[in-house]
Amino acid sequence: MTPKHENLWVFIEVLNGSPKSVSLELLGPGRLLADAACEKLVAVIVSDDVSAAAKEAAAYGADQVIAVEAPEYGDYSTEAYTHAICTLAEKYRPSTILIGATSTGRDMGPRVACRLRTGLTADCTALDRDTETGDVLWTRPAFGGNLMATICCPDHRPQIGTVRPGVFKKGDRHDGNTAEIIREDIRFPKEKIRARLIERIADLDNDTVDLETAEFIVSGGRGLGGPENFALVRDLAKALGGEVGSSRAAVDAGWISHAHQVGQTGKTVGPRVYIACGISGAIQHLAGMSGSDTIIAINKNPDAAIFEVADYGIIGDLCEVLPALTAEVRKLKA
Amino acid sequence: MFFSQEHELVRELARDFAKKILEPTAQEMDEKEDFPMDIYNEMGRLGFFGIKIPKEYGGLGLDTRSYACVMEELSRKNVCAGVLVSAANSLGTAPILLVGTEEQKQKYLPPIAGGKSFMAFGLTEPNAGSDAGSMTASAVPDGDSYILNGRKTFITGAPIADWITVFAKTSPEKGSKGITCFFVDMKQQGVSIGKQEEKMGQRAIPACDVLLEDVRVPKSEILGDIDKGFVTAMKTLSVGRIGVACQALGVSENAMDLAIPYMKERKQFGKTLSKFQGLQFLLAELETKLNAAKLLIYNAAYEMDAGRDVTKAASMAKYYATETCLEIVSGALQMFGGYGYSKEYPIERLYRDARVMTIYEGTTQVQQMVIAGQLLK
Amino acid sequence: MNILVCIKQVPDTTEIKIDPVTNTLIRAGVPSIVNTFDAFALESALRIKDADPGVSVTVVTMGPAQASVALNTCLGAGADNAYLVSDRAFGGSDTLATSYILSNAIRAIEEKQAQKFDLILCGKQAIDGDTAQVGPEIAEQLDYPQITYATELTAEKGKLRVKRETEDGYEIREAALPAVVTVTKTAYDLRFPTIRRLLDAYAAETAVLTAEDFPVDRERAGLGGSPTKVRKTFVPERNKTGMKIEEATGALSAIKLAAQLSADGIL
Repeated sequence: MTPKHENLWVFIEVLNGSPKSVSLELLGPGRLLADAACEKLVAVIVSDDVSAAAKEAAAYGADQVIAVEAPEYGDYSTEAYTHAICTLAEKYRPSTILIGATSTGRDMGPRVACRLRTGLTADCTALDRDTETGDVLWTRPAFGGNLMATICCPDHRPQIGTVRPGVFKKGDRHDGNTAEIIREDIRFPKEKIRARLIERIADLDNDTVDLETAEFIVSGGRGLGGPENFALVRDLAKALGGEVGSSRAAVDAGWISHAHQVGQTGKTVGPRVYIACGISGAIQHLAGMSGSDTIIAINKNPDAAIFEVADYGIIGDLCEVLPALTAEVRKLKA
Repeated sequence: MFFSQEHELVRELARDFAKKILEPTAQEMDEKEDFPMDIYNEMGRLGFFGIKIPKEYGGLGLDTRSYACVMEELSRKNVCAGVLVSAANSLGTAPILLVGTEEQKQKYLPPIAGGKSFMAFGLTEPNAGSDAGSMTASAVPDGDSYILNGRKTFITGAPIADWITVFAKTSPEKGSKGITCFFVDMKQQGVSIGKQEEKMGQRAIPACDVLLEDVRVPKSEILGDIDKGFVTAMKTLSVGRIGVACQALGVSENAMDLAIPYMKERKQFGKTLSKFQGLQFLLAELETKLNAAKLLIYNAAYEMDAGRDVTKAASMAKYYATETCLEIVSGALQMFGGYGYSKEYPIERLYRDARVMTIYEGTTQVQQMVIAGQLLK
Repeated sequence: MNILVCIKQVPDTTEIKIDPVTNTLIRAGVPSIVNTFDAFALESALRIKDADPGVSVTVVTMGPAQASVALNTCLGAGADNAYLVSDRAFGGSDTLATSYILSNAIRAIEEKQAQKFDLILCGKQAIDGDTAQVGPEIAEQLDYPQITYATELTAEKGKLRVKRETEDGYEIREAALPAVVTVTKTAYDLRFPTIRRLLDAYAAETAVLTAEDFPVDRERAGLGGSPTKVRKTFVPERNKTGMKIEEATGALSAIKLAAQLSADGIL
């Protein structure tokens, strides 16, 4: 390990002036790793407007902010962002970079790692540190969630990882915190951007479904038997004040939109209570919800894999169980 | 032991197609009595309709075992697909390959091989099934043509057919030795079809009567020699037997595929069905018979590819595979109890689909006659 | 237009089971397939070719000799050419080393075909490694623009237009060719190979590129050229012994559960 590389960076992804939740989440584990290595926790922001993100990063514990602000960074582009981050990394030589595993993070991460000729570990769900070598131990699912692998990057710096949103809970916010702000003037002429954004099409459903921060999620799967029975799921979710999730099977069947999908190819969630209704528990689904505090499974098949991760399970018919459970919840809440 | 790497490739492709395309649609095809054209066309694109048709006539020129692999795998998810594939590879084209002229082969084989055209097989009549000699359809010479009259019945695919091979009597006094085969265009004047048959099973495959009223057919459309049509028909049916056996094998496998997981899941008296020894015995018996049928079929296909006479082997395969298929679908349905009798469960469809297989393309009794005939000749 | 599709042969991870005794993956008997997302990428390429028969589609994979089976599937579906990049020296490569080797192989194939690729398509990620890195890293090695997570794409008159999936919805992005696109689930599956093309591909010899066939710095390939190392792998813990409720009716079960959740302070 070259002694010149030091400090842990968290890339703060900005959309419409605000930092993405996952970026702030990462300041938590970033703090622990930086402290263990006696390094600074640095928030790196690339945007056309860094002010709000810089303030938020400080509030969530960054010691220092490195900000690159220019109009060409308004919309994410692989080329401009990669150029900015790599230029900074060559100048400041961080030991570690944490990036949220969003579509932006996973687009930029490999490009940056490749240009810096270093290792990248994608889509991590746990972070640790080897106390002897100081290497970050990146743990991530592979084989569709069937296998977990712990990866390290011993001889190259910076060591880089993208981390799945929702894995770490956002830390406490301290508005009084301030961070040293370094501004870097790095430009990337707009006309040099070869792949550019033309327009954004918001998924309307996506705006109203907030699975990542929900306290209660009631999810439906193929066992519901048809789209009409999602009404039972919605009723229970409403009684609990939670959100409606679903398995991939129900989305593929066209019963509910992709915005509701939990799992490997959907959202990763960590609510207080997760209720899986008629979901068999394919490994890809478990990968997205096994971090829930309490898991309740309702399924008519007693051998369904979902029961293996459930704290409470009902073996029975959803059409009987769900209305009764909804009624009980209403009574308890009343 | 019977199959090469190439055979396995073909089987794998058919299996993949059956799983992704045929399995999800089988129930609906049965309900709607319709085999969707897009699936039919896709089967044509992949080459299923031309497996055994020689390359020079637009087919793949593959052997009987390749054909058996495809028939088994398609029938395992929807026997109606198997029926269509055998219609093209066997009943529709075998007579042409057996006795057709070069011009006839060039004209008819490529569109059938590609699934662009359908050739029906017009042998059966209301009063003449396997006993083809007692048919009454007639063909009377008139100048450069023949005038055909008669009624053919249970004609598979007639509503979608472009052409039909019609077997009719040219020398009524000579019985089965007075039958000639003709190509008839379904759009021709005098050709009409009856109402679609209300069948018990294989409901996605349309079948109906074909009526011939003073249909004028030029002599160039005679298939084979005059008065030699019966031999052509019998040889065609003989070639087709392995195909029907494969349909039965596929349906049997489908029934077992459905029954086994159900036995492991369904609980009665506090334990799963799989724990009941009486049912284990039944399951073991069905599986053993299924494998015996499979070996008879594979062996017959192998012998045919080796160029040997498979008259007896093919009849034994058809006889045994179709009869055991009835036992297997019945036994599998029994495992499902009352649910098996409900249209909610696919085993009910298999039970219906299987029933005709001991009947068409030579009944069980005809197969037994053939087998005994071979032994006692 | 000349299109390259990078594919990987992977175990069908949806068929993988865990041995309940040893708590390890059972890999035996798991079928090998063309990576799901690569299949979407190939179908996207074939659709461009459908519209313009002058388009040429080449497929490349890096892997052991048996990966030629996956190439045959692609040829069967309609690809014009296929190359297997295979050498012991490439074994154990991580994504950085893989993208380095592949980008050099791509240059070698371009030289062989005396034509550059206008468009390089990859699946968004392999379903065994799930890294989603090789595509963007190839783009970086070749210094091409990239668009990831494409659900639709068109390429006309040197211009690429892509509908890209993000967690907030969709984006339309455009790029000049040549470019690299990684493809996620599209609206259409990879077409089935025809029997004839499949058997022809099987009968023909696979074109193999080894470390001898194109310039590659061995220091940057294989295990030695890979900055990331796998420290350990493990199967995630399962088999919680949760409370199971199965009363006479579903309603009674629901009442019992609600009472229990209330007693345990969860509701």
